[in-house]
Amino acid sequence: MIRLPLAACLVALATPAAANKIFVSNEKGNTITVIDGDTWEVLEEFPAGNRPRGITISPDGTKVYVCASDDDLVRVFDAETYEELYTLPSGPDPELFVLAHSGNPLYIANEDDNLVTVTDTETRSIIAEIPVGVEPEGMGISADGAYVVNTSETTNMAHFISTETYEIENNVLVDQRPRYAQYTEDGTRLYVSSEIGGTVSVMDIAEDGTPTLVDKITFEVPGVLPEWLQPVGVKVTADGSRVFVALGPANRVAVVDGETLEVLDYIIVGQRVWQLAFTPDEQYLITTNGNSNDVTVIDVEAEEAIRSIEVGQQPWGVVVQPDMDGDTEDAT
Amino acid sequence: MTRLVAALAVAFVILFDASAAHALDIRAAVLRVDYPELAPISRFDRVPEDLAFAGARLADEDNGTTGQFLGQTYETRTVAVPPGEADAALDELLEEGIGIFVVLARQEDLLRLADRAGEDALVLNAGASDMALRDGACRANLLHVAPSSAMLADAVVQFAAWKEWRRLFLVHGSNPPDRALADAYRAAAVKFGLEIVEEREFEDTGGSRRTDTGHVLVQRQLPVFMQDAADHDVVLAADASDVFAPYLPFHLWTPRPVMGSGGLRPVSFDPALEAWGATQFQRRFEELTSRYVREEDYQAWLALRAVGEAVIRTGSADPVALRDYALSEEFELAAFKGQPLTFRDWNGQMRQPILLYDGRINVSVSPQEGFLHQVSPLDTLGLDRSESACTAFEGDTP
Repeated sequence: MIRLPLAACLVALATPAAANKIFVSNEKGNTITVIDGDTWEVLEEFPAGNRPRGITISPDGTKVYVCASDDDLVRVFDAETYEELYTLPSGPDPELFVLAHSGNPLYIANEDDNLVTVTDTETRSIIAEIPVGVEPEGMGISADGAYVVNTSETTNMAHFISTETYEIENNVLVDQRPRYAQYTEDGTRLYVSSEIGGTVSVMDIAEDGTPTLVDKITFEVPGVLPEWLQPVGVKVTADGSRVFVALGPANRVAVVDGETLEVLDYIIVGQRVWQLAFTPDEQYLITTNGNSNDVTVIDVEAEEAIRSIEVGQQPWGVVVQPDMDGDTEDAT
Repeated sequence: MTRLVAALAVAFVILFDASAAHALDIRAAVLRVDYPELAPISRFDRVPEDLAFAGARLADEDNGTTGQFLGQTYETRTVAVPPGEADAALDELLEEGIGIFVVLARQEDLLRLADRAGEDALVLNAGASDMALRDGACRANLLHVAPSSAMLADAVVQFAAWKEWRRLFLVHGSNPPDRALADAYRAAAVKFGLEIVEEREFEDTGGSRRTDTGHVLVQRQLPVFMQDAADHDVVLAADASDVFAPYLPFHLWTPRPVMGSGGLRPVSFDPALEAWGATQFQRRFEELTSRYVREEDYQAWLALRAVGEAVIRTGSADPVALRDYALSEEFELAAFKGQPLTFRDWNGQMRQPILLYDGRINVSVSPQEGFLHQVSPLDTLGLDRSESACTAFEGDTP
């Protein structure tokens, strides 16, 4: 990135779509940092309640949802003004969540209460509570929206919950401390990271949603103790060809071939890399680095870290604003 | 890759057949032997009635939540007895058909109870740190989730080595457990190449340790006791009897950091730990008990979670099968300490990081960076395979 403000301005003017803002939750700082996706400048840091962790955004890019874990609710912010619009009931200690593809409802993991809570984002009420394993955390949603997957960190399972009946249809045991569940865009695969087990479980998903565990990805970096290779966040490119895995205290993001499941490379990022998010065009991948209080920007095609941006205290989650159709907010 | 996939698929088919096919009721007991003891120096250390039992209760909840998806239930009896009634209590539990025991007792009672339970039972030591239990007096049916005194001493001395605090002043109590702990510190100093430049024994005269004006005497007497020592970087306190070590940090002659039984203490767990998801454990525990967690609670939880993990992965409730799985390479357990915990298959000791705690915050965690071992960095703490005289596990060692 060339640091020429003038040039950046010209680019911004020449491009019809507004920059995709990047929102980062700072777990210890109790704030959200907003980064401009074109200039990589920090635009704002605004208060977000106590212990903000999971963060996501409405499909139309206007509302930012934040799990305020210690407030036992989800806070909803205007993506333009950063004002808090309202809160959503979440059940106690919400940690991670996933939105239905339509933007409603919100499926929330309640870490302290062994529940997944389903909240209607419009009526702002709880629709269902589903008992799951101990310390629910990871939340993934299938391509057709028929299943939500929750991982429970101390039970060591992926629970497959039908979004129609809110019943658990399948449980799959995985390695110790599963943190994150990510479907491929075509819905035929599911990746589940196990932080303490040091693996990523790979499941094939049948058409009816039934999972079959087919492989486990393991990691190895010369000179790094195997105990430090702790997979947390996982993101897959839209074509399924590359899987990026944040390795926590190993300070690296693994690049995995989505076909062969071989680890191709390890990209050095900031300290205690936690969650990941692509920009909508998949040109960049943003990583939150909890111990160095910054985010790293990875050039996806080059598979290289290109810059780091200082954010708030202990960044945890990250979401990138989607491209906004018929964008009328270019003026900003 | 294909072979791995096939093997995994087979493994999972077996797992789910085994666990789903027949419901399992896992019954265990925590047997806590309560000895007559003086009140602790600090009232923060007063022993709660449900010590260790609370950890067991949480483990039952955790295991039970997982078990509901596999048709398993977990029920743990908790029994506290004076030493003279321990054998009868064990017999009663055995008669009820219980074969898994978490025991908190001193070495001689623990060994007798383990032998009495018999080779078809599984006994998990959640209280005793004595070295002989992991050495010549080890038992095949006895696993140790409590860290050994060598692991605790090594954790402290390794930290001193990392700090380059190389000259140690060792002060130990006069009771046999204090002297045994001092031995562990001497061995640790040799192991990590630090020098004990001075040693003193603080005699337990049975005087009142805690009176209205006790601090006046302590403030006058303890510095004198610590006077005229050879130049040292750090004071190591070996005071298993809780007689003097908590007073040391601000009552020395020469101002130095104190570690060991006072100052910076090695613990299996502490209520300040937040890293590695420990916050969730702390919250669950505090909600259940309305108090902070203690090491014995964590260790009872750890013992029963190890059992639960073995049940979940094997689909068996047989104590011997669970023991064998716990000792196998497949076993690993996440327990809020940042890496999987496993058992040493040659003496039944659980490998685990040791936290260094100052009573308020978690200061550090050993093993320290840069201390390596051919098997696991965790094996830099405690008795290693080649140093142990334990032979009861020889059939288990590959």
